[in-house]
Amino acid sequence: MFTVKLSELMKEFQLEAICGGETAGDIEITTSDVNRPGLQLSGYMEYFGSDRIQIIGKVEMTYLASLSPQDRHKRLDEFFRTGFPCIVVARELEIFEEMMQVSKKYDIPILRTNDITSRFMSGLIRYLNVMLAPRISEHGVLVEVYGEGVLILGESGVGKSETALELVKRGHRLIADDIVEIRRVSDRTLLGSAPENIRHFIEIRGIGILDVKNLYGMGSVKLQENINLVIMLELWKEHKIYDRLGLEDQFTDILGISVPSLVIPVRPGRNLAIIVEVAAMNHRQKKMGYNAARAISERFLKFD
Amino acid sequence: MLIKEITITNPQGLQSKSAALFIQKASGYKASIWIANGERKANGKSLLGVLSLGIGKGTVVSLQVEGEDEAEAASELESYLLSDMGENN
Repeated sequence: MFTVKLSELMKEFQLEAICGGETAGDIEITTSDVNRPGLQLSGYMEYFGSDRIQIIGKVEMTYLASLSPQDRHKRLDEFFRTGFPCIVVARELEIFEEMMQVSKKYDIPILRTNDITSRFMSGLIRYLNVMLAPRISEHGVLVEVYGEGVLILGESGVGKSETALELVKRGHRLIADDIVEIRRVSDRTLLGSAPENIRHFIEIRGIGILDVKNLYGMGSVKLQENINLVIMLELWKEHKIYDRLGLEDQFTDILGISVPSLVIPVRPGRNLAIIVEVAAMNHRQKKMGYNAARAISERFLKFD
Repeated sequence: MLIKEITITNPQGLQSKSAALFIQKASGYKASIWIANGERKANGKSLLGVLSLGIGKGTVVSLQVEGEDEAEAASELESYLLSDMGENN
């Protein structure tokens, strides 16, 4: 279970603390679900998820304004009593005095943004999805080749870093060497990045540690990238059968998402960077609807 | 698989030089070697991986060794981690 501190969230979205700002920073958010409490403010409290951030916009505020001060206080009191982590008021709307009172009473901070409610909400959900995503770290290299995020896996010493370096030299980008931190940010998307303390460093046996960003410049690195393709490098095994046609797609499971994958045998003198490059291009071509293996099979089928 | 919990006592922790020595020792074994600091885990044969864990004095690491020569590997690496890791040479 991952959490995100409210202080990080306030910094990210530049939220203004209206009430309870002193203690707000330490509150931990555990879910990426958010709620607009229209129903709760009108008195319906069933199925209320009190672990969610509450977001109030113009509709809720106008509704509250239509109530008498006593009713308003009563409804807000019932609502705040449920003990949600915090409430965010959008569009820099004025805060009711009654809201300040119940906020202090139940120790729930009120934050404010100048953004439009739905825009703030979609930004917040996206941010929380990334921050709270399930994650693992893999021993491998992540590069972006022709716009495809390629995760290169393989035993220590098989040549992952050397391949990455050659790819950088050929104009592609390095995201992570050695350790790739992978987050499942949606049901279809895996996002890879490097641990901050070794970001954009690469280790080449015989030379040592290199700073790719300093050596090759800003254009050679990237902070994060979606993982579209997995390439497993392994030392060439004499009797293993490697795919020659490429008609069937193989997949590797990462955090429950199937990612297309290839096993590439390594032999001295094989230029791996070119193979990774062509694999990325071929993957792209398949995504765009053309499969060379299928095309050639169809060509021969015609003669039957 | 052998798992050992080790508390690092060396004041410098596992930083560049001592980490380089560690991975050199680890690379000599066939067994797969993993070292973990809390939730983060790195391949014990890769320098950047070990460095990224940020292992300092007092850190409790978990050493996970699996393979045919796991017993020798685990005992040598454990005694290395418990030593001054070449700092006084």
